[in-house]
Amino acid sequence: MDKTLSSEAAALQPSQISSLANYRLDEAYDEMFSGENVLRSHYDPLLQHFAELPPDEVQRRKQSADLSFLNQGITFTVYGREEGTEKIFPYDLLPRIITSAEWARVERGLTQRITALNLFLKDIYNEGRILKDNVVPRELVYACPQYRRQMMGLQVPRNVYVAICGTDLIRMQSGEFVVLEDNLRVPSGVSYMLTNRRVMKRIFPQLFRHYNVRPIEHYTQVLLSTLRSLAPEGRPEPNIVLLSPGVFNSAYFEHAYLARQMGIELVEGRDLVVHDNICYMRTTSGLRRVDVIYRRVDDDFIDPLSFRPDSILGVAGIFNAYRAGNVTLANAFGTGVADDKALYAFVPAIIKYYLGEDPILNNVETYLCTIDKQREHVLANLDKLVVKAVGESGGYGMLIGPHATPKERALFAEKIKANPRNYIAQPTISFSRAPCLIGDELEPRHVDLRPYVLYGDKVTIVPGGLTRVALTRGSLVVNSSQGGGSKDTWVLS
Amino acid sequence: MLSRVADSLYWMSRYLERAEHTARLLDVNLNLMLDEGPERAGHRWERFLSSLGRPKNVKWDGNPYELTHAMTFDTKNHASVLSCIMRARENARHVREQISTEQWHRLNSLYLEVTRPELRTLMQAEAQQPTGDAPAAFLQRVMDAIHEFQGVTDSTMSHGEGWHFIQTGRFLERANATALLLEAYQADLWALPERGIEGNEYLEWMGLLRSATAFEAYCKVYTADLSPEKILEFVLLDEEFPHSIRFSIERVRVALDHIQADAGGTRAENLRRISGRISAQLGYASVEEILMGNTVEYLRSIQQQCSTIHEAIYHLYMDYSIQVALAG
Repeated sequence: MDKTLSSEAAALQPSQISSLANYRLDEAYDEMFSGENVLRSHYDPLLQHFAELPPDEVQRRKQSADLSFLNQGITFTVYGREEGTEKIFPYDLLPRIITSAEWARVERGLTQRITALNLFLKDIYNEGRILKDNVVPRELVYACPQYRRQMMGLQVPRNVYVAICGTDLIRMQSGEFVVLEDNLRVPSGVSYMLTNRRVMKRIFPQLFRHYNVRPIEHYTQVLLSTLRSLAPEGRPEPNIVLLSPGVFNSAYFEHAYLARQMGIELVEGRDLVVHDNICYMRTTSGLRRVDVIYRRVDDDFIDPLSFRPDSILGVAGIFNAYRAGNVTLANAFGTGVADDKALYAFVPAIIKYYLGEDPILNNVETYLCTIDKQREHVLANLDKLVVKAVGESGGYGMLIGPHATPKERALFAEKIKANPRNYIAQPTISFSRAPCLIGDELEPRHVDLRPYVLYGDKVTIVPGGLTRVALTRGSLVVNSSQGGGSKDTWVLS
Repeated sequence: MLSRVADSLYWMSRYLERAEHTARLLDVNLNLMLDEGPERAGHRWERFLSSLGRPKNVKWDGNPYELTHAMTFDTKNHASVLSCIMRARENARHVREQISTEQWHRLNSLYLEVTRPELRTLMQAEAQQPTGDAPAAFLQRVMDAIHEFQGVTDSTMSHGEGWHFIQTGRFLERANATALLLEAYQADLWALPERGIEGNEYLEWMGLLRSATAFEAYCKVYTADLSPEKILEFVLLDEEFPHSIRFSIERVRVALDHIQADAGGTRAENLRRISGRISAQLGYASVEEILMGNTVEYLRSIQQQCSTIHEAIYHLYMDYSIQVALAG
């Protein structure tokens, strides 16, 4: 990192910077300050640069960034409102900075985790050793709605079940990165990581150059080679496509963006047909064989013959084509069993079991409502805990105990008693906060981090990820569907 | 190219052409209506509906502004200008990645403009208490926007397979709509060739030409000396005028040849035969012969062949059976 950016005159002290007037520290880890007015050194050039910009210049750049997102059509769809409500994903101008040492640990930890989870999936869909050895309770796996018995005994290419994963990390009060959630099905958000960076480089070119930020632009290239490495044997020039549910899906922008960046065809279920266990796409020059599908459609909807019969988004017969080894889908089917929120509690044991190593990245303490003792603890402490439905994602179906009304808590208690397998609870964690531009001032907001892990012939993690921000003061919910925003993530070299 | 993408491009283009055509017909008739007594309005608007192929659930009931409202803003009416624009935009949205940003921007702005709630209120007020200004301005805006869209389509999109599907949709729609337009005017213009000139004819002839944006182009060829035979010859058979049926069919033929070259294979023999035949038929026709024969039959046969071409395109490029495709 180069400090020449700050002007030759003596650098401003944090206490002299007016936009920090409302920057209050609390018990959460602060990404910028290690103590009252004590700056972490890697945030120094950023803060100095910001302090030197006149407020109207900051606003001008913010508007320029917003406009850039709008013009590129970088929007997502919010469900539960009028059909097709498109919104811009709110964007914060200040980058979140991660040092190279911090990143190195995250990278090792994620590599370890995805390796172990893939071994776990291979095991439970084949011999089931880990179940026989009673490391993971059998009923937890078999009762999981995401468990797909159709996958039993199937040999998947390179034994890679999860080729694309987006793991949610948070920072505890100690500053330690821990895993909050594994997303092993169809993780989204990577297009925001890429477009945030592009906008950031345009808005703050000098600042960007002075920090030595590691590039992430090669993500789509790595994704493409990951997909290529999973092609069925004997298909040297595989035809790779991205399968999207269509324009009404909340992440359609991302599907289109990734397909364009990789130069592959963006298809919908109705574009594909399966005949004699071979998958084709309908083109104007006839049927063209498809070898690898990067699918952004959930298991449930992908094949009406094998999964939900009422789905019209999928392709009839695709699962049999997959079983026959004529087409590869990434991710594989049934990976959701490993990111089930109840199974999450066993991931450290899973890592230990397959790799003989201690987990590098720890879990958040988790109570399983299926276990009587733990359930009693949960019910007794609902006002302190966060309760999550295991099958839900995106911030839906959860109770944040301390912020809920007694009535909401009572309602949730009933739900837990009715279906304990469906709920887990975690302590309310005040995860780390990073500076955000709120109006003309800097204020701390809670952030998480979702790095994207790719696993084909090897594990690759582009240095960075999506930093999501809970833009509402005090809020701990970072989901875009619930008023969250994002910021660029700079990993220093 | 994916069949679905070709399908969406084709329909996006057809719907826009349809919106423009409907807007122009409304504009012309609203304008010419001012020059004649209310007793002739019924005839004029009935003919207007015929020239659009008698859209379902739309009837002439004596108020031209209500009819205009139904044909511009009524989304329950699938033939209204607004319905066509919405469908064109929906098709474009499904292939957002295949068209240029400029194209999307033009079409989306048009959509946002015509779906503005204030505009709807304004047009409703207009339907009840007509001033005549608001529809004219609105229709002009729609036509301008669609012309802009066609301009950016030609100048920003690669002239590859997708562009040729856009061309096909646009010119097939145009050929068909123009044949229908001529058919609707047949009784007034060519049914009684010996009829003397009453005074209103000039207005009618000009109306027909303007409905096909042909007035100025016609004058350049034949001067302002209007006659029904020359009008028919020009709108039907002119080689260079972009709204003539002959020109449109020739564009369809050329676009289909390009698509066949891109999509490869000899599967398109039948389609080439049909499009080549109608193109040659128009290229070597004479207006005298057509007028001596059954003009209505002739115009209907053109519409029939347009729909055969449409079906052949579907059969060949979009909705083909898997067995046939695998066998070929």
